[in-house]
Amino acid sequence: MSPQLAVVQYYEPWWIQILKAVVIFAIILQLQPILIVGERKLLGRFQGRYGPNRVGPYGLATPLADIIKLATKEQFRPDTSIGWMFALAPVISVLTAVGALAIIPFGDTQDIFGTDVGLYGLDVSIGPLFVFAMGAVAFYGIMLGGFSSGSKYSFLGSMRAAAQLISYEVSQGLALVGVVMTAQTLSLTEIVHAQQGMWYFIPQFLGFLIFLVASFAETNRAPFDLVEADAEIVGGYFTEYGGTRFTSYLFAEYINMCVVSLIMVTVFFGGWLLPFGINPPGWVDPFIVLGKTSFFLIFFIWIRATLPRLRYDQLMSFGWKILLPLATLNTLVTAIILVVTD
Amino acid sequence: MSWHPGADHVEVMRPPAPGAAGGTYRAFAETLRGLKTTFSRVVEGVHTLQYPEQKTPVYPRFRGRHRLHKFEDTDLEKCVGCSLCAAACPADCIRVVAAENTPEHRVSAGERYAAVYEINLSRCIFCGYCEVACPFDAITMGNDYEMSDYQRSDLIFTKEMLLAEPVERTPLRADGE
Repeated sequence: MSPQLAVVQYYEPWWIQILKAVVIFAIILQLQPILIVGERKLLGRFQGRYGPNRVGPYGLATPLADIIKLATKEQFRPDTSIGWMFALAPVISVLTAVGALAIIPFGDTQDIFGTDVGLYGLDVSIGPLFVFAMGAVAFYGIMLGGFSSGSKYSFLGSMRAAAQLISYEVSQGLALVGVVMTAQTLSLTEIVHAQQGMWYFIPQFLGFLIFLVASFAETNRAPFDLVEADAEIVGGYFTEYGGTRFTSYLFAEYINMCVVSLIMVTVFFGGWLLPFGINPPGWVDPFIVLGKTSFFLIFFIWIRATLPRLRYDQLMSFGWKILLPLATLNTLVTAIILVVTD
Repeated sequence: MSWHPGADHVEVMRPPAPGAAGGTYRAFAETLRGLKTTFSRVVEGVHTLQYPEQKTPVYPRFRGRHRLHKFEDTDLEKCVGCSLCAAACPADCIRVVAAENTPEHRVSAGERYAAVYEINLSRCIFCGYCEVACPFDAITMGNDYEMSDYQRSDLIFTKEMLLAEPVERTPLRADGE
């Protein structure tokens, strides 16, 4: 193993960096309304109904109407809230969600008009650690939001967030260690290159399952949506939020969903690689990544339509007693196999 | 000495204890089963009726908005203003004011006719007692059930409105449907 974990072999001009950042941000942001209306329509199908189909053709303009409604609402906050923190919290959520997008590879380095451009924001040598760092800060967005609202439901939600996100982040991180050991690199593009022969979800199937389950908890999606739990604590940390601030939280949640799906595709499902030796031209790569990602997004929605919310003690005992030992075992076994076969 | 239950003892099915590892394995299997269940809903298709465009057909004896009738041959009103419907009405929503028929001004087949016939549909409970009480089958329950309005006063239906041929808005269920 080389002492350097990732080597950037080319130089990108500064304007390409900015351009890439804008393009990735714009594309992922435009995916969110599609994701929201897609989720509502799919949830409808899972329950034997149509879902929204009144606004625009096939109801596709529904998120547009929603956003116009939310954006034109009055800004308000409770008397008991802490003003600056209340305003800052959704910003943290969105920033960290978008920030995690920076390192996700959508394709290999391409030669565009004579300039080498990597189809990713950055190829950092700390890859998954960056994502976990962003996830750890994102939890402040949720916790500060609930804490500063000055409402009991919000406070309960933020306390739940604190416990849940911390306990599942451990398993999520450990599940990736197996992959990192197998690929011998932390750079996400290098991890994709290392999957040339076999996608990592086959040798690291347990790790994939643990990561998948922990991702549901990390993104506060059903069945781990105790942080929101609209039936118990009226939306949890965003109970007191309305208008654009609520929209920010909503977008952050859906961007987070996209981010974990993209990470899963990159780390376990070979990123932009296709099986059976199919090797399309480079410009197809982002579409392959997004196509694989949409599969996971649909799976997220499918799970939401299927599973009821866990009880709080079940959530905790599942995280600490099952997921964490399994993730540790996975790491140990992978390490032993790697040493033995090396 | 152990206790022996009789031949008619009941076997109680107990769920497995909610253990950690075994429980997780069972939860995993049940999750897959649940995923199959929800996916079969997608395959099954939707059951929604797109209401304003599609309507559930009503049965022939469905009690909707009232209608007043005329004789088809003579074009005279069947109602003779006897007020039996108003007397039968439990919600007290029918108002009838009768007047005498004259040879020059003959409205109904009997001696008298209903000069004013009003049904307050915001009070009506659609029990159909008026239809039962009427000796001449002058009032019947129609099939129309779309009667929402912006003003309560608009829900007081006059004789002309009740006599008028209603706009066909409600599909009727065919035989055997």
